[in-house]
Amino acid sequence: MTKKLDWVYSDIVKDHFMNPRNILEDEESYQADGEGLAGNIKCGDQMLMVIKVEDGRITDCKWKTYGCASAIASTSMLSEAVKGMTLEEAYHVSPRDIAQKLGGLPEHKIHCSVLGDKALRAAIEDYYEKQGMEDKIERRKDRIVCSCMEVTEGEIENAIMEGVKTYEELQEHTKIGTVCGECKDETLELMEKYLKKYSN
Amino acid sequence: MSTKRVYMDNNATTPLHPEVKKTLIECFDLYGNPSSMHSFGREAHERVENSRRLVADFLGASPEEIIFTGGGSESNNTVLKLVTCRETACKLCPASRREIVTTQIEHPSVLNTVKFLESEGIPAVYLSVDREGKIDLQELNDAVSENTALVSVIMANNEIGTIQDIKKVAEIAHASGALVHTDAVQALGKVPVNVRELNIDFLSFSGHKLYGPKGIGILYVKKGAPFCNLIHGGHQEFSRRAGTLNTQGIIGLGKAVELAAQELPEEIERLKRLKNRLKQGILERIPDVHINGHATDCLPGTLNVSFMGAEGEAILLYLDLEGIAVSTGSACSTGSLESSHVIVATGLGAEYAHGSIRFSLGRENTEEDVDYVLEKLPHIILKIRRMSSVYAGGIK
Repeated sequence: MTKKLDWVYSDIVKDHFMNPRNILEDEESYQADGEGLAGNIKCGDQMLMVIKVEDGRITDCKWKTYGCASAIASTSMLSEAVKGMTLEEAYHVSPRDIAQKLGGLPEHKIHCSVLGDKALRAAIEDYYEKQGMEDKIERRKDRIVCSCMEVTEGEIENAIMEGVKTYEELQEHTKIGTVCGECKDETLELMEKYLKKYSN
Repeated sequence: MSTKRVYMDNNATTPLHPEVKKTLIECFDLYGNPSSMHSFGREAHERVENSRRLVADFLGASPEEIIFTGGGSESNNTVLKLVTCRETACKLCPASRREIVTTQIEHPSVLNTVKFLESEGIPAVYLSVDREGKIDLQELNDAVSENTALVSVIMANNEIGTIQDIKKVAEIAHASGALVHTDAVQALGKVPVNVRELNIDFLSFSGHKLYGPKGIGILYVKKGAPFCNLIHGGHQEFSRRAGTLNTQGIIGLGKAVELAAQELPEEIERLKRLKNRLKQGILERIPDVHINGHATDCLPGTLNVSFMGAEGEAILLYLDLEGIAVSTGSACSTGSLESSHVIVATGLGAEYAHGSIRFSLGRENTEEDVDYVLEKLPHIILKIRRMSSVYAGGIK
């Protein structure tokens, strides 16, 4: 080779892909305070994230994934970033923040980095539930319901405000649940809630 | 990035054969338009017609049955879109026959063209395949009827290498009066093909899969078969495909085919040995793998392997960092969120389907290349499985 070819992703992505940080290798003996699982292998990616918490701060974060290079690199970065954060801070880390730290990800790869973020929130929520702090769990409207097509609760609400009545119409409108279908039950519950809300 | 580079993606495209490269360089000064009557044109014309004869001989066809196109996709589009033609001059009659019968494992240039035609009102049937990628001839027999205009079946699948019995497909289709097309882009030059023996009406092929140049393809049209232009214009190619001829491409393709005819028997055996070495090596070194494709009716250099619990794009990119080039059917490699339609059609479970890797060997690959892959691959799979949330040790 006469010229060094650029790799498909940024150097930071490459570094985290080649040397992923905080892999959960001792799953059997690891004493997690919170555990979260996101994704579905039917869609080709799944993420497990575990955290240890002390005085409202994350002291350790480990993960495992069935995912592509972007999922591996972004979760590696996320697991580094959240250590030392308060639960509140970690709960609000967005996939875009992580993508930025990675020196950018191609648009169609943002989907892959959403998974780590989702698993982290699930782990924090699991912690809150175990501690009897359910009141801390937010039902955010920008919360992603369908991780395959990245459809949020807010988009479901908007679609219903715009006159969508059935699940099929919602699918046509938002492409929700058109890949693995894992989110169907939750979507139906949300539809019922918003249909009731906007029925008059 | 590794300094050693091993190219095992020959089903995507192939390097030029050194002899083809030499021929291409030589003919770059042949600028006359092959359609011109003067000496410049005649020089180019002669070389183009020589290529046509070489291709025809290779396929067991007559030169006037060979049309040069811009590639496999154009050849496929030309044939499939015949069914929409309503001109009686094209002889695609009776017009009541409109339906296309094809398979679920076609190349996108067939699959997406048929889907487009469906949106234009053409009915289509997609034949299923078994775990090894074979169509069911009984299902084909049940699918064809007096409404079927065209049956199009891929001769050898690009992803898993499975070879279909095109002769039987043609018998069944012809029995109901339908025309028969096969996409032989992966097959030609890797398995013996004779259009007379197969008794097919149309065949598509592309130059760059056989160590020839890119941007040049072949469409075989059986003498007397209905035909209608995709590209209208000048009188090139017996008025069947307009556009100034790609002289260099055609000459390069002719050379590639000539060389393939000479090297084919030995090369097939050599590729089979190499593939077997790779396959056995993987099976010995790595647990929980699934070999996709047919055990015997398979392209000699194509090995498609699924690694349980390891995602395909990650495997591909770790291999790339070692200088090894392969391809994957993983959803994440394309951003489409859907894993390979071919692997899905074979019914493989999700934990395997997203981890499929295609090694496609070619004339430049050596035993040393195979051994290099066998040295690097087990570590990569182990590394990915260690962090896998679906592989044993992780959550199921």
